[in-house]
Amino acid sequence: MAQDVKPRVRVPKTASAGGSVTIKTLISHRMESGQRKDSDGNLIPRSIINRFTVEFNGQNVIDVDLAPAISTNPYFEFEAIVPETGDMKFTWYDDDGSVYEDVQSITVA
Amino acid sequence: MEFTRRGAIAISAGFAAALMLPTRAARAAIDEQIAAFTGGAEVGSGGITLTTPEIAENGNTVPIEVDAPGAEEILVLASNNPTPEVATFRFGPLAGKQKAATRVRLAGTQDVIAIARMGDGSFVQAANEVKVTIGGCGG
Repeated sequence: MAQDVKPRVRVPKTASAGGSVTIKTLISHRMESGQRKDSDGNLIPRSIINRFTVEFNGQNVIDVDLAPAISTNPYFEFEAIVPETGDMKFTWYDDDGSVYEDVQSITVA
Repeated sequence: MEFTRRGAIAISAGFAAALMLPTRAARAAIDEQIAAFTGGAEVGSGGITLTTPEIAENGNTVPIEVDAPGAEEILVLASNNPTPEVATFRFGPLAGKQKAATRVRLAGTQDVIAIARMGDGSFVQAANEVKVTIGGCGG
């Protein structure tokens, strides 16, 4: 499932120092739960993103463990404090060992 | 084979027991998950808000939101899913609010439970029932 995985992140470009910003993330992924069966009645093996982390200049914002109960194309919305200008780094960890990353810069005016 | 009243009662009792089993197993799994998270500590209420729709037409994507000011970690469980665990949110030093929203799968009408571990080590819990029209676990 390493193909067709596209992270999409919405982060404001600017923020006030120490202010809080709302961040929305979406990543296209089937999140195969391991509960479904194919047309021959065989169980489709589980294949999900099991962890999602966000860091700003190396400091942790949020760290989420995902279970198969998270919907297809996992979506997250949360708030982060931006103390200074820097990069917000988003990382998704796949069951198959793949790691998907996205980085967005935020400028403190 | 002859059907006797006694036989019929025994069979129906057996069926009833078989039907009860999955829910009882699910309940035990939930209690186990909660105990593993809290370490057996008392779970209070208040200080945590779990926002879920009352009715979800499609169990494949049910929007939920947890908000627990001062929480370090929030565990979300779905009581009647094949695997009750939904997600664990851990908030770092740069989290603006201890609040997060996502979309989850629910196999059917059931309680969604959120338990937060607060900064002082106490635990609080909130639970909402979500009515699901079409379940979201395939089959």
